Amino acid sequence: MKKVQFKSSYSQYLFLAPQLGILLIFLYWPIIQTFRDAFTMQDAFGFGATFVWFDNFLFIFDDPAYFIAFKFTIIYSFVITLITGSIGLLLAVQANNVMHGKSTYKTLLIWPYAIAPAVVGVMANYFFSERFGLLYHLFHELWGFNWYESVFDSYIYVIIAGSWKQISANFIFFLAGLQAIQKSVIEASMIDCKNSFRRFWTITFPLLMPTTFFLIIINITYAFFDTFGIIDTTTIGAPSGETRTLVYKAYMDGFRGLDLGSAGAQSIMMMLIVLVITIFQFRYIEGKIHYN
Amino acid sequence: MTRFITSSFSHLILLIGILIMVVPVWMIFASSTHTSSMINMNGLQMFVGDSFYENYLRVLLYQGGFFKEITALKMFFNSFIMATGVAILSVVTSLMAAYALVYYRIKYATLLFWIIFITILVPLELRIFPTYSVMAELNLVNSYFGLIVPISASAIATLFFRQFYKTVPDELLESAKLDGANTWRFFVDFLIPLSKTMIVAMLIFMFVFGYNQYLWPLLVTTSEQYWTVVMGLKMMSGSIVHRFAFVMMSMVPPILIIIVLQKHFIKGVFQDK
Repeated sequence: MKKVQFKSSYSQYLFLAPQLGILLIFLYWPIIQTFRDAFTMQDAFGFGATFVWFDNFLFIFDDPAYFIAFKFTIIYSFVITLITGSIGLLLAVQANNVMHGKSTYKTLLIWPYAIAPAVVGVMANYFFSERFGLLYHLFHELWGFNWYESVFDSYIYVIIAGSWKQISANFIFFLAGLQAIQKSVIEASMIDCKNSFRRFWTITFPLLMPTTFFLIIINITYAFFDTFGIIDTTTIGAPSGETRTLVYKAYMDGFRGLDLGSAGAQSIMMMLIVLVITIFQFRYIEGKIHYN
Repeated sequence: MTRFITSSFSHLILLIGILIMVVPVWMIFASSTHTSSMINMNGLQMFVGDSFYENYLRVLLYQGGFFKEITALKMFFNSFIMATGVAILSVVTSLMAAYALVYYRIKYATLLFWIIFITILVPLELRIFPTYSVMAELNLVNSYFGLIVPISASAIATLFFRQFYKTVPDELLESAKLDGANTWRFFVDFLIPLSKTMIVAMLIFMFVFGYNQYLWPLLVTTSEQYWTVVMGLKMMSGSIVHRFAFVMMSMVPPILIIIVLQKHFIKGVFQDK
């Protein structure tokens, strides 16, 4: 907080009002309605709703499809975080290394960040189509790739589609993190340790920890929420719902199945998951990393 | 010598990275300049053909959709309105809210802080149907307002502005007060010019965020008049080369903005001077 501040009885609220108003009407009101949906059951004709306590939650726990979506979402976010994080880091370290052309490399690697996930999905579609998809045919030659039927192959499809543009985001943040490390630290470490590989893992990487953990959260959020457009334009959940994320399943249940109670309960479960991840980040990880 | 080898290795890795990014997009572009029969017979192309103008003009001006009511040109217009609206509305409201949080002694400050920032944990995807029913109740389905406002209900920019204001030296306000600046004058004449980099970065971020929305426009527009580009990808019919051309055009605006304004974007987000 500032030491010098304004004191006023009303003008601060004028500054707060626009954002608070929008948040209350377009965010809090819907959230309250989500809770109402989650604890009620709509009758088949949409005339009324009865309070059913935790029935909607019990239904989703009984539903094997929910656990398939849960399993897929966990695997998906883990693999995307791992792939995009390591490739992004590798590229950032190399871009930070070169003497010439640093900014050209930056420009050439940054732009996929701007492409919408849905657009990436449509593009991936062309590379994995049975008719003329290059990757489809390459993988088919190699091991009989067929994402329409094999769960593993469909995972590969959505993982490649989901990782591609996210490499950019990881690259940008890792490069910024690397550039923020003070030159003197690096120079001192060069005297102490001649092996550049060991130097990276013992000096540079620990200093990148804040960036790394920030990116883990960014990547998990991306895999949870932003990949909707990718799933909806690639596998649409095939084969038999194995590549549906939790968000995608909730949307389908609410939209196609018109089951708002279940969609609401699934949303609340996801809010809990996000909350747990966030608390975990603040409690355990923030305390253990070194900021320079 | 070792210096030369390690740096060649770096260039090689970076080159591979760039190829992974560029080649897929290039192939779709090259393929979009051929005829459909060519693609259907020979698959995706590496080299540019000679149907560029024909394909792209057709896509821009063709009346698409189920009711043949909308052209791609109109979708670009809609997307532009939506993205600009989201950028301006969210940045202006965030600038103001962050100002109140940092520069005022407010009652219940902690409570207000949490009311605003906890919303970052609840993205639109988690409240999509209730948001839709709120919009329906307020009669905002099929309107630019309906496309823009729920996407602007975000405190991300507020968080960035708050962090930034906290780094502004206290002396600035002290001297401004000596000059007789009131709260509004201080905000407009001192703080906003000082936050220019951050404002530009947030405008870019929110513009791209708004432009790239897919699920929300899909739900909130039943009239084709309000279709946006990114959702239109799923809705547009047409032969394969026309779809390639549409995909290519759909990614041009955000990519252009990111590349052209790259310096401002990075400067603002990472606050490096």
